[in-house]
Amino acid sequence: MRIEITINGRKRQFDVEPNKLLLNLLRDELYLTGTKYGCGIGECGACTVLLDGAPVLACLTLAVDADGRRVDTIEGLAEGEKLDPVQEAFLEEGAVQCGFCTPGFIMTTKALLAENPDPSEEEIREYLKGNLCRCTGYVNIVKAVKRAAENLRRVK
Amino acid sequence: MRMSINRQNTHIIPTRFEYHAPTSLDEAIELLTEYGGDARLLAGGTDLLVKMKQRVVEPRHLINLKMITGLTGIEEKADGIHIGAATKLRAIERSPLIREKLPLLHEAVRAIGSVQIRNMATLGGNLCNASPAADSAIALIALDARVQVKGAEGDRVIPLDGFFVGPGKTVLSPSEVLVEIVVPPQGRSSGACFIKIGRTSLDLAMVSIAAAVTLGDEAVEDCRIALGAVAPTPIRVREVEAFLRGKRLTDEVLEEVAAMVSAAIRPITDVRATAEYRRTAAEMLTKDALTRAAEEARRRRG
Repeated sequence: MRIEITINGRKRQFDVEPNKLLLNLLRDELYLTGTKYGCGIGECGACTVLLDGAPVLACLTLAVDADGRRVDTIEGLAEGEKLDPVQEAFLEEGAVQCGFCTPGFIMTTKALLAENPDPSEEEIREYLKGNLCRCTGYVNIVKAVKRAAENLRRVK
Repeated sequence: MRMSINRQNTHIIPTRFEYHAPTSLDEAIELLTEYGGDARLLAGGTDLLVKMKQRVVEPRHLINLKMITGLTGIEEKADGIHIGAATKLRAIERSPLIREKLPLLHEAVRAIGSVQIRNMATLGGNLCNASPAADSAIALIALDARVQVKGAEGDRVIPLDGFFVGPGKTVLSPSEVLVEIVVPPQGRSSGACFIKIGRTSLDLAMVSIAAAVTLGDEAVEDCRIALGAVAPTPIRVREVEAFLRGKRLTDEVLEEVAAMVSAAIRPITDVRATAEYRRTAAEMLTKDALTRAAEEARRRRG
């Protein structure tokens, strides 16, 4: 099937089988390997991407279902060498240990802060509930989201 | 929302299928009529694609409902609030109308999965997946909801408490599509309560309950109680509801009600909880939910 997806701002065409998952299209055909395959059943959030701005799980999305839509991945955030304020905040707060869950956390955080620029700790924890960190770095991750919110408010 | 642990290769969907993206309901029903048991409807995919990865289901045809206009949206009409079957759970959670008029549904939807799951999953999908633990199902049963169905044989309306047949099974025929969910207006002196016990807040319910209570002076005028994950389907306990009508919620009455609920449910032991735990928890939750629903009814009456 011919489909067209705008990935990180660039329109791209693909010829895919209907059973192709968006995650595998991103990773295997575009080499956008920042988006991770974690559990494959929608429990860990490592494959989180933004579909028309909303965080969804690429491991449970058919590529054909993204036809005509916009997909944003972790690779689309930085501009050249300049990191996104959310990426900066994760570095500043040491919210990265092994790093496997980080792209998912950052994409979910992008969506959270777009909806709610000043979330409370409770709201952060609720929104990030679907992203698991097995290094258990949640305290620093929550701090990083708070700092990202501050950084973004300062930029504006 | 998922029934088994990750024991297969969930990297890919191993089987090939033909993909259909109809733009009208009639077209979807034609496809269903043609392919019958070989076809599955795709809404959010959060349950179906997991089952396909695990080869629990291997449809030869997948019919995507997302291109059909008119299957999404939340609208208040004279006979209640209408919710399109393909409406995302996240849209329901964020709807000011639902939050104000149906806080019970708001709470239950928020209890489903994660933000990501709720951005994908639909209300109709959550119901048609027919999990005994479906959070939206027990809330909607307690709210006396009905579903509008369209099929090759025509349209029909089904009360939600008659919709579920067993785990993963509903009364829908292979050529029928769930079109919308209708929740009738709730009375001014009614209150409701949803409680879910899960290992983590992301998890499927070990036990869950939704109760809606309408108070007369102080006695219960009417009530509806539904429990999740304690029987092969979400269940409504009508005999308990009948017993409660005209009674005050005293400690003695609540004890009796707990015993009746215990007799009505058929919990099993599985990976999430033992049958004994579920039974004890269901008794306690019944008392809590009724008490809290009645408190809210009093508060709303003012």
